Amino acid sequence: MADGVKPRVKVPKSAAAGEVITIKTLISHPMESGQRKDSDGNPIPRSIINRFVCAFNGETVIDITMEPAISTNPYFEFEAKVPEAGEFTFTWYDDDGSVYEDVKAISVG
Amino acid sequence: MTTTKAFKLVSGIALTAALGMSPALAGPGPDEDQLVINEDIEIVTEAAAPAHMEYVDTIYSGWRFREDDTQVMQMDDFDNPAMIYVDKAIDAWNTVEGAEEKSCASCHGDPESLRGLRAELPKWNADKGEVYTAEMYVNDCRTERMGAEAWGWNGQDMRNMTALISSVSRGLPVNVAIDGPAQETWEKGKEIYYTRFGQLELSCANCHEDNYGNMIRADHLSQGQINGFPTYRLKDANIVSMHNRFRGCIRDTRAETFSVGSPEFVALELYVASRGNGLSVEGPSVRN
Repeated sequence: MADGVKPRVKVPKSAAAGEVITIKTLISHPMESGQRKDSDGNPIPRSIINRFVCAFNGETVIDITMEPAISTNPYFEFEAKVPEAGEFTFTWYDDDGSVYEDVKAISVG
Repeated sequence: MTTTKAFKLVSGIALTAALGMSPALAGPGPDEDQLVINEDIEIVTEAAAPAHMEYVDTIYSGWRFREDDTQVMQMDDFDNPAMIYVDKAIDAWNTVEGAEEKSCASCHGDPESLRGLRAELPKWNADKGEVYTAEMYVNDCRTERMGAEAWGWNGQDMRNMTALISSVSRGLPVNVAIDGPAQETWEKGKEIYYTRFGQLELSCANCHEDNYGNMIRADHLSQGQINGFPTYRLKDANIVSMHNRFRGCIRDTRAETFSVGSPEFVALELYVASRGNGLSVEGPSVRN
């Protein structure tokens, strides 16, 4: 697992039924591209988060494939329609097999 | 959220047009946007120049010289990438280290207890008999109180910690003392500010006093205020310390620079900080 990985998510605590809300996510991660060399000239192995998935009550909201050119600490902002109360789950998949997760509940009314 | 902010930025421009002033996009100089962080902390980005400044009437935060996309990033802590590093500093703040088995929290409690400190730095340290910056205070704490290793002036841990110290003072007016025992250092800093360095023979003042608002190649020159430091620079994707920025500027004049943490840069930091007396503490800010 890469050092200092910490997911952050911002979701409103409540919404009206059917409302479109904005979700912001940020995960601290070095996103080492694999293209760089260290001070001795040896390649630094690639170590990135390669996939990010957001789901609402089990239904996929967004599923993103990430490539090595994406900057450190990847940030995603997207919209989702909230038909009912429930839980957003956020999952990041690391090259090294680590999986980072966060969950945010939202109420309707 | 983004829509609201974009609207605010646009409305600032509309307002100036309505008042018959030159629209922000039409010419050089600072724009007319207002900075409010987290819809809570109001930041003064324009103020009357302190009395000691002879050639400038109004001082502006560097935020006013940046593009809207960059400005918006600083208006919400979730969008401000520097806050990742502030979070790391909070972890370090609570971590026990050194022979005395203390953390920052053991003596200082909550980081909020340092609210106000950043606004006065650098300042005269009577016990040590010299002007002290945030980095020097942090390292004194580490070596003398905690019995821990000093951090490098420009190390990641140090930059994170100075960003945390600055963040709790956001919104307070910069108020650096330039008289009394600090005056000698301040005079030295002023001399450096107005001295031409390097093959290009440029002083700080040539760009940041004579030409702020103009373009230097692709860069929109600000007044070189440091109220937003340490700052998150998009080009570095990391926090940048004041001294690192000073070094970068002097290097760009094709000069041999002073070292990060050198007495010369401490003096320059005091002088440049005093040119921002009246602006709000903004650090950690976002710049390009």
